[in-house]
Amino acid sequence: MNTVKLVAVFAENRPGQMARITEILARANINIRCITVASSGAFGVMKLLVNDPELACHALKQESIAATLTEVIAVEMPDKPGALHSVADCLASADINLANTSGFVINNRAILVIEVENPAQAGTVLKKHGLHVLTQKETLAI
Amino acid sequence: MGHGGGGCHGSRLARSRLRLLIVAGEGGGSIPATRARIERLWPGAVVFDHHGMTEVGPVTYQCPARPGALHVLESAYLPEVLDPQSGKPVPAGETGELVLTTLAKEAFPVIRYRTGDICSITDEPCACGRTTRRISRISGRCDDVVVVKGINIIPDPIERVLMSIPQIGRNYQIHLEGLDDMTVKVELSPAGFDGQIGHLTELQNQVVEKLRAELLVRPKVELVACGSLPVSEGKAKRVIDKRSL
Repeated sequence: MNTVKLVAVFAENRPGQMARITEILARANINIRCITVASSGAFGVMKLLVNDPELACHALKQESIAATLTEVIAVEMPDKPGALHSVADCLASADINLANTSGFVINNRAILVIEVENPAQAGTVLKKHGLHVLTQKETLAI
Repeated sequence: MGHGGGGCHGSRLARSRLRLLIVAGEGGGSIPATRARIERLWPGAVVFDHHGMTEVGPVTYQCPARPGALHVLESAYLPEVLDPQSGKPVPAGETGELVLTTLAKEAFPVIRYRTGDICSITDEPCACGRTTRRISRISGRCDDVVVVKGINIIPDPIERVLMSIPQIGRNYQIHLEGLDDMTVKVELSPAGFDGQIGHLTELQNQVVEKLRAELLVRPKVELVACGSLPVSEGKAKRVIDKRSL
């Protein structure tokens, strides 16, 4: 099953945290391809798509920053109205909940990144729907 | 040996051949949960606590028969446990401030030195056969005892709660603001982070409920990054009191 690794990072919800984390990643020569940030009160979690997730995670842990790898599904869909609905609908029909989701369009390619409880099941459902589930390498090559 | 911090930084200690660890500092080794955590990190090693201070040196050592009880070096000190407000001796078994008089020091003798450490003292016979008096483990510092919503709060039960939650590091601070608002800042252990913000919220709520059960006061809890709370060379400053009254 094709999954993509994201680096999840804990940070306090106050000025300077992203600057500190991105400085560590820059020193490790990590290139950030996509970032999302979710906040809850006094803390938040950043999720980053990077060129080398294992190295990024290691570099952050060396600085005592709480970081871990999470597996997500990256699915490519047509860049047109209704495409996202089609994906959401087919997952809902299979009773699959979307935990964390982000999406972007780049070079006329629409990519949806989803976190689900069972990536293998979600990948199978999406493939049956005629969608392409990207590998880590394909995602980073966009 | 053994001023703790291992909870945040992990270790390769499982491969160590250490069999005996003598620890000191901040009441740690005498707290059962702290002792258990240290012994998990160093499998096969036994933890012995001792207590002392910069001003006078070692004062007590752990009773071999009773972990958590500390025999006073009575050849070197006259110990008293006094009410910090009145200065009078507390009844047997009750807690008060440990006050020491040195008996043998020449260069730096002290007379009725107020240590700030809170404990109780007993001269009941001991299972180990020693006849020197025992103090309980240090349960806090006089300057760390605060009253919140009419209840005395000492750091010791807070440390017990935090030690019982593996996703939380050992360091913490109590912030008091406004009229009586209490926030306990605790460090997230990197090993306790699974990337899910929902789980962090659940962890935070778990800490709130456990502290409420111990303290009878419901504090706010803030998860902060590992290593972000100050750790001083001497006594850690646990309480920041900025209340307006």
